[in-house]
Amino acid sequence: MQLTGSKIIMECLLEQGVDTIFGYPGGTILNVYDELYNYSDRINHYLTSHEQGAAHAADGYARSTGKVGVCFATSGPGCTNLTTGIATAYMDSSPIVFITCNVNEGLLGKDAFQEVDITGITMPITKTNYVVRDIRKLADIIREAFAIARSGRPGPVLIDIVKNVTAEKTEFTPLPKEEHSKQGRLGSLIKRASHDLKTPEPYLGDIDILVDMIRESKKPLLICGGGVVRSRADKEFLEFAERIDSPVSITVMGGGGFKGRNPLTTGMIGMHGSQASNMACDACDLLIAVGCRFSDRVALDPKSFAKQAKIVQIDIDRSEINKNVEVDHHIIGDAKRVLTLLNERLEQQSHSSWKDYVFSFKTETEYDEGGNTLTPKQISDAIARICPQDTMVATDVGQHQMWVIQHFHYDYPGQLLTSGGFGTMGFGLGAAIGAKIGNPEKTVIHITGDGGFRMNCNELATEQFYKLPIITIIYNNQSLGMVRQWQTLIYNGHYSQTTLDRGPDFVKLAEAYGLGGKRVTSVAELEEALKEALAFGRGYVIDCAIEMDEMVRPMVPVGGRITQFLIDS
Amino acid sequence: MDQVKRQSLSVLVDNEAGVLSQVSRMFSRKGYNIESLAVGTTEDPTISRITIEVMADEKQTNLLTNQLRKLFPVHSVKILDLDKAIRRELVLLKVNANGYDACNRIIQIANIFRASIIDVSKTTLTIAMIGDASKSEAIIDLVKEFGVLELVRTGMVALERGADTIYEATKEKGEFDYGKNVL
Repeated sequence: MQLTGSKIIMECLLEQGVDTIFGYPGGTILNVYDELYNYSDRINHYLTSHEQGAAHAADGYARSTGKVGVCFATSGPGCTNLTTGIATAYMDSSPIVFITCNVNEGLLGKDAFQEVDITGITMPITKTNYVVRDIRKLADIIREAFAIARSGRPGPVLIDIVKNVTAEKTEFTPLPKEEHSKQGRLGSLIKRASHDLKTPEPYLGDIDILVDMIRESKKPLLICGGGVVRSRADKEFLEFAERIDSPVSITVMGGGGFKGRNPLTTGMIGMHGSQASNMACDACDLLIAVGCRFSDRVALDPKSFAKQAKIVQIDIDRSEINKNVEVDHHIIGDAKRVLTLLNERLEQQSHSSWKDYVFSFKTETEYDEGGNTLTPKQISDAIARICPQDTMVATDVGQHQMWVIQHFHYDYPGQLLTSGGFGTMGFGLGAAIGAKIGNPEKTVIHITGDGGFRMNCNELATEQFYKLPIITIIYNNQSLGMVRQWQTLIYNGHYSQTTLDRGPDFVKLAEAYGLGGKRVTSVAELEEALKEALAFGRGYVIDCAIEMDEMVRPMVPVGGRITQFLIDS
Repeated sequence: MDQVKRQSLSVLVDNEAGVLSQVSRMFSRKGYNIESLAVGTTEDPTISRITIEVMADEKQTNLLTNQLRKLFPVHSVKILDLDKAIRRELVLLKVNANGYDACNRIIQIANIFRASIIDVSKTTLTIAMIGDASKSEAIIDLVKEFGVLELVRTGMVALERGADTIYEATKEKGEFDYGKNVL
């Protein structure tokens, strides 16, 4: 049948099972939005306040559901506003298909109104991107884009379609999703790989080598990275950890990959890692990192990192091997499959004296309580007491992010939504909106700081309009806390441009958006506010007073040896 | 730190718009200036072969190679062993040739280098020569005295000697393809 480009986009989205889109319309994407109008019974479009919010919402939706997120934007400023969201998704391997439109083909390259080379701009922050100038290629490209976004190491893909293509017509043949890999671009992409299996197998020889290494090890340590979360390999990872009887350190991105309450958990590893994690990393004789790329926040000093250990990396992305840390052995494959194969071959091990050593160190930080403010642990504990155990947590970036990862215990992949790689302030609210839309039955909490919240709090309008009862908790310390912490410790207390002694009144702001709000200074008030928020039925903002000079502890300086704590827990 | 030396990479890519820019971006991101670059289609017109030469140490070259292999339009990458590779470039030189004597001497030099005179005017000769880097340098040096008006080089193209090709399926290539595999 002859369809317009816009209709082909809709049909291709339905082929992929897409029923949720985040976006913002504009001049060049008008044809697509016109067609969306006709599909509104099958595709829900969520209009945000800003394209960045739409990108983060699609990201939060993707991370929390495991599905591919979809985001629309128009040309020029519409798509450049996406870029922070695209980079955030790229660094944390979150699968999103971004569809943007550009000016008519004849105007391309003429600096037309709202024209920008968005594929050029997003080249370093997408898995791949496309410009569609020929309508006959449109369906094929959309099918390939979805497959690339969700497979291998997931990530964002951008399709830029020139406006005339969205209006032109061509023959469209519907094709069920399972058939996509058998023809077209996708078919040739698979054919050219050296093995043409749909789900390739890891090399069994490499698996056997690791099994032998585990048998020989007396002091093993596991790192649960973001790959465990993306692969939804939490069950396999749990069995693996229990079989080896090994302590498990969790990276920021790995939160939810291994239960935070499991007795084998040593807590977070790296710059703000627990004493137990970092001491174990320094003393272990075998370090197995699953889906972890040893970023500079984990392996602060690659040379001294786990220097007594044989290091083994399990990753789906071969280019991560030996990139940051030189490893002794690696296995390439999907975490779920690799761990299953390992579990099949590995008998029960026991390392009680090694565990005794590791757990003689603290796994959590302690705080002085009292005064007219709340400690980070008090807030996390109150949330855990009052809210359902499967509450999803979306964070911004900074001290509150580290605190809520250190002290809130995550149980399943997708429960923690945080910008670990790119460190995007303002990520949380958009992500929480996407998570709530993707998981309407779950309680979603947005944890933020007073700095991060002000960046993208315009999305409170989105929260209000779509009646999303998200609870925002602001760790309000009247400053850009993490930067202030560095200024205290490293920059002689020169608090250059980090004091936020200014508005707005967050409770009044919430009320202006038609939401509820309360400022709290004690645990009792916080608990009461949380109960009220849960029963409120609409969005709710809780402004928590935090001591300005509270720090994220412990802390290892940039480039330092992992046990070289600048401040202790 | 490993020794910095000339590295020659052979890259098979989709013959599509934007691919060269993606490949070259990998080098600029790390601060490497590309010493030589040559691109052309292969026996399969949908695939191009890029030969890139940079000055880098072995570790950095491996990192660059791995990042290149991750790109979807990149089919395969091989770091060529310079001792076992044939490398050639084409140089075009437009030289001042005023008078019979100068003309004669330039033609003689060209003959010695097995270069051809491909264009002639009343006052100039244009030489085309194929060779490796040292041969190009040598002829340029010799004709300098006549005055070089323009010079253009294609950049090195290279192939391995013997039966080895870039198409060999190695375990490493399989590992990179794993991440690119699509479901």
